[in-house]
Amino acid sequence: MSGQPWVEKYRPKNVSEVAYQEEVVNTLTRALETANLPHLLFYGPPGTGKTSTALAIARQLYGPELMRSRVLELNASDERGIHVVREKVKSFAAGAVGPPAAGYPCPPYKLLILDEADSMTQDAQNALRRTMELYSKVTRFVFICNYVSRIIEPLASRCAKFRFKPLQPAIMAGRIEHICEREGVTLAPGALATLSAVSGGDLRRAITTLQSAARLGAGHVSSETLLDVSGQVPGEVVSGLAAACKAGGATRFAALQRLVSNCVAEGYAAQQVLLQLQTELLSDRSAPAASDPKLAEALEVLGAADFSLTVGADETLQLLNVAGQINKAYAAA
Amino acid sequence: MLWVDKVLGSPGARVGAILNIAFVPSSFLPFLAIATGDFPHTLFYGPPGAGKKTLVMALLRAVYGAGVEKIRVETKPWQIELPSRKLEVELTTISSAYHLELNPADVGNNDRYVVQEIIKDMARSRPLGVDGNKGFKVLVLNEVDRLSREAQQGLRRTMEKYSAACRLVMVASNVSKVMEPVRSRCLCVRVAAPTDDQVMEVLANVAKAERLTLPPAFAARLVDYSARNLRRALLCLEVCRVQCCPLREDQEPQRADWELYIGEVAKSILDEQSPKQLYLVRGKLYELLANCIPPELIMRTLVMELLKKMDDEIKVETVQQAAIFEQRLQEGAKAIFHLEAFVAKTMSIVKNYMVSCGFA
Ligand SMILES: Nc1ncnc2c1ncn2[C@@H]1O[C@H](COP(=O)(O)OP(=O)(O)OP(=O)(O)O)[C@@H](O)[C@H]1O
Ligand SMILES: [Mg+2]
Repeated sequence: MSGQPWVEKYRPKNVSEVAYQEEVVNTLTRALETANLPHLLFYGPPGTGKTSTALAIARQLYGPELMRSRVLELNASDERGIHVVREKVKSFAAGAVGPPAAGYPCPPYKLLILDEADSMTQDAQNALRRTMELYSKVTRFVFICNYVSRIIEPLASRCAKFRFKPLQPAIMAGRIEHICEREGVTLAPGALATLSAVSGGDLRRAITTLQSAARLGAGHVSSETLLDVSGQVPGEVVSGLAAACKAGGATRFAALQRLVSNCVAEGYAAQQVLLQLQTELLSDRSAPAASDPKLAEALEVLGAADFSLTVGADETLQLLNVAGQINKAYAAA
Repeated sequence: MLWVDKVLGSPGARVGAILNIAFVPSSFLPFLAIATGDFPHTLFYGPPGAGKKTLVMALLRAVYGAGVEKIRVETKPWQIELPSRKLEVELTTISSAYHLELNPADVGNNDRYVVQEIIKDMARSRPLGVDGNKGFKVLVLNEVDRLSREAQQGLRRTMEKYSAACRLVMVASNVSKVMEPVRSRCLCVRVAAPTDDQVMEVLANVAKAERLTLPPAFAARLVDYSARNLRRALLCLEVCRVQCCPLREDQEPQRADWELYIGEVAKSILDEQSPKQLYLVRGKLYELLANCIPPELIMRTLVMELLKKMDDEIKVETVQQAAIFEQRLQEGAKAIFHLEAFVAKTMSIVKNYMVSCGFA
């Protein structure tokens, strides 16, 4: 079946294939040689290889067959209330380990992968504490999350912590070129740079965008197609908004209102607008040093609005407020 | 059948024809090309009334042909076994041999269980062997921006683990409310609202199909009123036709009751700033809420009405307060607190301004 998306097709099978996370890879490679693994905590932004690394460890320790009985993966699509932690995790951890499989280290412990652990309640995490203590001889825990602060300290302190970094453009380019070669996709000049720019260190997003663009261009990927499928706000829209905001006293509020409602009607994601607006404001090299305080104020407004949007505030009101506030900052003498 | 349903209605019986008469957002054109065969998880986002659902149906039609239009609508209770208790939720599903559509946010607080149990089960099971089947099944999830954080978390691994057997097509109007890790797993397709010209074109086509003459000046006012929302334009046209047929050149687009009412609220705020007036406005706000007008819509409409009428000098401050109180409204439990606080704050802004100008 052709139906496997490239992100899955090119998911690293071995820890050594995980790109850019050298610290993690080196430590884990050594640990895998001796089959002596500490409890682990992986954290970092989306699409940087956390889940892939955990699954690769499991495969390398036990092989594809034994994995089924020795590894338990629980993620946010599984119910993980206190109840489940008590019952399911306990019965998995407490069960006896079977005979090893030939050709794999098969250490005498099991592996429990708790993916997306930041979505577990504090209570459930507390319940895990006991379980972890009780069964640490026969089970290794791998916690995975985006925000390490959401994992309670008593759990985090028992683990070796690894931060997964957003992928560097050059590293990302390497993976992308590898996939292009395998899939017979050609890249137009500049396409690689565009792809890195629009995916912000998230390799999964880069691969998904690449696959869509490749389908569109029948195997040829250009910068324009990438921008098209990646949800970027066109440069002239952002620069228009920035100019109106900075025009200070000269701008009537109605003009700002028109620009903002256009952004909303065009469906541009408000957070994307903020992000590009920030880049635009920061990239103005001709601005005199005297305008720095204004810029600082503008950046603060942008940050506050981004937070508001994340907790569900209205896009129109937030964007309008950003425009109004920046305009006010620049209008002030 | 309402005209709006004829044009934008979800059972895509007329989707092909509609796309000819209606608009196709330019951002969508490339996507129809992607759809020839396999496609990744997809998130359609864009403002209300832009035609996201219409495009989802067009996508499915492009992939599966007319078969997707033979749909069954079913509302039934689903039993969910939780470790500690049994839960029953009622869900409406729309399905064809090729796809299944549901609105998981409808079950409110229990949306997490719908994602963890029902959606995961659907994604996991292999598709039936209908011919023409592309080897995976399609789940259409509406209003994913209304899903709780926990429910969205629950989609993440499901989207990866079962991606060979199942594709999700999701629809959201506020894409900021869809969490980053979910967005990172989809192709995100922006659906722009139709432009004024496109709205005009659709109105003209509908008028022709309904044998109605559309006076140009009236049509222009209607387009203006609709603010690029096709649904709004079509509903309004139909109401106007009922009121007065044939349509008159000087006819005003009939605004909805609640919009007129919010207009009055704005006027009250600007007319007089006093505790008594605040009390009066409070009554009106309660009435709007009692009529199930969503609080964020009340807030946004009220701000827009205020901006139409107030002096430029105090607009920035008013919008700033609106942004603050609307956010609190999202996070808090009782909307009336925040709506009223905003009204009080606005009254004080207006009053101070009047005093500073020497009017009061
Ligand atoms: N460091 C990496 N090296 C190689 N491939 C990677 C790397 N990071 C991400 N990928 C690619 O992106 C896909 C998703 O990665 P993965 O599932 O490991 O992300 P994650 O860090 O768990 O993200 P999330 O926080 O969203 O769950 C993989 O299937 C792989 O194709
Ligand atoms: Mg992951």
